Amino acid sequence: MTSLTKTFTKAFEKDESHVHIEIKAKPYSNPYLVGIGLGLVLLAAFVIMGRGLGASGAVSTAVAVTVNTIAPSHASGNQFYTEYLGDGKTSPFKDWLVFEVLGVIAGGFLSGSLAHRVKKGVDKGPRVSNRTRLIYAFVGGGLMGFGAKLARGCTSGQALSGGAILNLGSWAFMMMVFAGGYAAAYFLRRQWL
Amino acid sequence: MNAPFYKFNLFGFDVSLIIAFAIGIGFGFMLERGGFGSARILAAQFYLGNMRVLKVMFTAIVTAMLGIFYLSVIGYLDLSLIYVSNTYILPQVLGGLILGVGFVIGGYCPGTSMVAFSTGKIDGLVYVLGVAFGIFVFGEMFPMLEGFFNSTDLGKQTLPSFLGLSYGLVVFLVVVMAIGAFIAAEWSEKKFADRNPEKSI
Repeated sequence: MTSLTKTFTKAFEKDESHVHIEIKAKPYSNPYLVGIGLGLVLLAAFVIMGRGLGASGAVSTAVAVTVNTIAPSHASGNQFYTEYLGDGKTSPFKDWLVFEVLGVIAGGFLSGSLAHRVKKGVDKGPRVSNRTRLIYAFVGGGLMGFGAKLARGCTSGQALSGGAILNLGSWAFMMMVFAGGYAAAYFLRRQWL
Repeated sequence: MNAPFYKFNLFGFDVSLIIAFAIGIGFGFMLERGGFGSARILAAQFYLGNMRVLKVMFTAIVTAMLGIFYLSVIGYLDLSLIYVSNTYILPQVLGGLILGVGFVIGGYCPGTSMVAFSTGKIDGLVYVLGVAFGIFVFGEMFPMLEGFFNSTDLGKQTLPSFLGLSYGLVVFLVVVMAIGAFIAAEWSEKKFADRNPEKSI
């Protein structure tokens, strides 16, 4: 009986050692080819819909709906929220950008799965703790959300989509994103390098 | 003229949502392929060690720009039906600066944080929550910011109309500029190869 248990345990241990062998993540694709692919997706959006891509607008809808659920009178008195809430007849989530962003999440997961890159964890520089990284992620996201609303769009809606149709405001915006990024980079080098 | 299809009523609103989802899948797929689901790769752009952001973005802009230009030249795409948002120069310049700083601090932008989150990155999820919080703060401050938000309205402005150059010439100049940027990017990646996190990921 004991030998049987031993054999069984041994077999199990062996099995476990196999579990630890991870399938190596595939390297990322050639950036120029990805750029052409992304450009064709963007072109398809323009040709089919007459509009470009976006990301921050969907989060705005979610924020406006949340505020409206908690404090309806407060939301209805604020033009910023009412614009995302619509006429009240159809659900605000029945929106082009909301469906597009759900697609982005699905597409990212699909690509990551195929290349064995889906892995739970925190992506950070070698010199910072997870906690610091998450605080920075929240603060950076907050600035990004605020800035995107002030600029009427983010990297997808303004820089990429507006850039392709040569929108003046989009190009000014894009140059400032790079300027802001490079100007602040030195002070944040500890987080990334 | 056949395109944009939606503006010519080739399909209705409900179908447009399905198309939105499909286009989103393509968008998310490409972002992940390009390495944009990783904050370290995105941030390395600002330390010159990995220039994927610049390469992918400018290639995408050039590809879509050339497609739109030639489709309109052959008369397939009606440019006047493509949505061009107004330029509000000061809010957009300031918004861009804030966004750039947020990019280096948080490591993502709204779209790429969705991809990071969908591939299991907890910092991506926290970032999305941060974006929502930032939008909430903007919403709460909106009555105060409204004046500035609607200031310096230049109307529908494109680079050709603003510079007084022909559409085709600006398209050509953007292509030349992009090629210059690609050459600079390749050079900087070689010079700052020790700052490229891609090799260790």
